[in-house]
Amino acid sequence: MTASVIELKVTEEDRRVAWLAAAAVALALADAAIPSPLPGVKPGLANIVTLVVLLRFGWGTAVWVSILRVFAAALLLGHFLAPGFFLSLTGTVCSLATLGLARHLPARWFGPVSLSVLAAFAHIGGQLLLARLWLVPHDGLFALAPLFAGAALFFGTLNGLIAAKLLAENPVKAAA
Amino acid sequence: MPWHSLLRPGDWLVLAAGAAAVILSLPLLGQGGYAEKAVIRQDGQLFAEVDLRAPRRVEVPGPLGTTLVAVEPGRARVVADPGPRQYCVRQGWLARPGEIAICAPNRVSVQIAGRTRAYDSLSY
Repeated sequence: MTASVIELKVTEEDRRVAWLAAAAVALALADAAIPSPLPGVKPGLANIVTLVVLLRFGWGTAVWVSILRVFAAALLLGHFLAPGFFLSLTGTVCSLATLGLARHLPARWFGPVSLSVLAAFAHIGGQLLLARLWLVPHDGLFALAPLFAGAALFFGTLNGLIAAKLLAENPVKAAA
Repeated sequence: MPWHSLLRPGDWLVLAAGAAAVILSLPLLGQGGYAEKAVIRQDGQLFAEVDLRAPRRVEVPGPLGTTLVAVEPGRARVVADPGPRQYCVRQGWLARPGEIAICAPNRVSVQIAGRTRAYDSLSY
């Protein structure tokens, strides 16, 4: 019997996604280490990577990087398939969908900060809906909505500014 | 590079919309509104509507005896009841609109009411 070698073709795109997802996972872990006054209020630092990827490499790559980050971070943090994982997945799917629409906004007027804030609101909106439908089936949950919305505005702006700065300081190289 | 130079005109628009969303959602924080009065019922009939701004005690007569209701600014409770199991007394202070304590044996109930009716009733 001959030993069979399975060789996976790795494209440049695969490598790029892996690199970026790794960076996003590192930020997601840092995120989890930051103490939070209220479960669900987190800076969402990994979304900086999503924004940069979206604006530099397109929506498809951003989806790959984000979804990989959600799964890998959940495995590393030990909440894979736990409620927190589904909240995180829902938030990410909602914000990716929003980014998919918002990226068509005229770039001259709407920069990374707009995308970031819109995505942050979609993120928390999706999470609140899932939590209301599944985890806490009571409208009392929405009493926390202003706090979540405030956090989305604050951290969405912050992450957007960081992403904008990163993009501005690293202009696209002609060859890349 | 100054931070504000990273913002484009539309970004300010989105930020304003976001701030508006936060402000509009603020009333949700005090969900259910403020507790304004305690509605005391005897045998299903309205016995008294007590304003929750000033402390007061209300004695409600029933088939077993007198149920004593205490009112303080923003809250109310059943202090004493002739019923055998004392559920309504042990429920303690009621402060949110919709909260209710029912002294079934003596046919007395105390419910908090606010301007808006967020719930039909609340009990724990």
